[in-house]
Amino acid sequence: MSRDLLLKVELRSDPSMLCVVRGAMERLTETFGFSPADCRSVTRAVDEAITNIMRHSYGGQLDRPIELLCHRVPKRPGNAGGEGFEVVLTDRGPEVDPAKLRGRRLDEIKPGGLGLHFIRQSMDVVEFKREQGTNQLRLIKYLQSEKQD
Amino acid sequence: MQISARRIDTTTIFDITGDIDLANSPEIRKALLKEIKESKTPRVVMNLVKVRYIDSSGVASLVEGLKASRDAGTRFILFGLSPAAREVLQLSRLLKIFEVHDTEEQALA
Repeated sequence: MSRDLLLKVELRSDPSMLCVVRGAMERLTETFGFSPADCRSVTRAVDEAITNIMRHSYGGQLDRPIELLCHRVPKRPGNAGGEGFEVVLTDRGPEVDPAKLRGRRLDEIKPGGLGLHFIRQSMDVVEFKREQGTNQLRLIKYLQSEKQD
Repeated sequence: MQISARRIDTTTIFDITGDIDLANSPEIRKALLKEIKESKTPRVVMNLVKVRYIDSSGVASLVEGLKASRDAGTRFILFGLSPAAREVLQLSRLLKIFEVHDTEEQALA
């Protein structure tokens, strides 16, 4: 499977970097060809995923490494959609319990637990794996057609 | 992000400028809860006209403000939501839970 690298960013787990990443994602998704709503969706998913790493994987430490990779990936076989925009986020925090990656029920009015829900609603593929001492979150959003206006 | 407060009669209006995310949502939460729980202001209004983005931690701060105002028997109002801010409240099924208006005039009516 061919994957063209679009962007590679290495950042520290400092929340002041979130606005920098959002700025980059807004421009990159726009360039990729997503609609304004899908640009916001992908940007929101990446922002929430990095927020989760900062809060839960690194427990608020400000100087831990996070790697962000963005690739162009082929469209899904047999699917009418276009190419995919893949994001892989890697951190070196402790192993995450998959049971805690569910998010909360939305019929409760309470603060917290919304980030993972936003990610799942925004992206077509959400996969998590532990590899070589790192947590890797892989997200993909496909263009709804070959070209979007 | 910048936050400032205006007082009109028994209403406090928080004017927020910039994105609300993990870097600054604790500041908003602290200001809101102080105004609602300690100052016991009858009506607290959030001016979000100049807020382009709100993340889940920002939504959580707004929910805490809403719950505190319900506990205190006061009003908590949002106005001027951007498309992105409206989307996160819709995604979290909270848009109908808040009192939301388009303009400050409507929020203060």
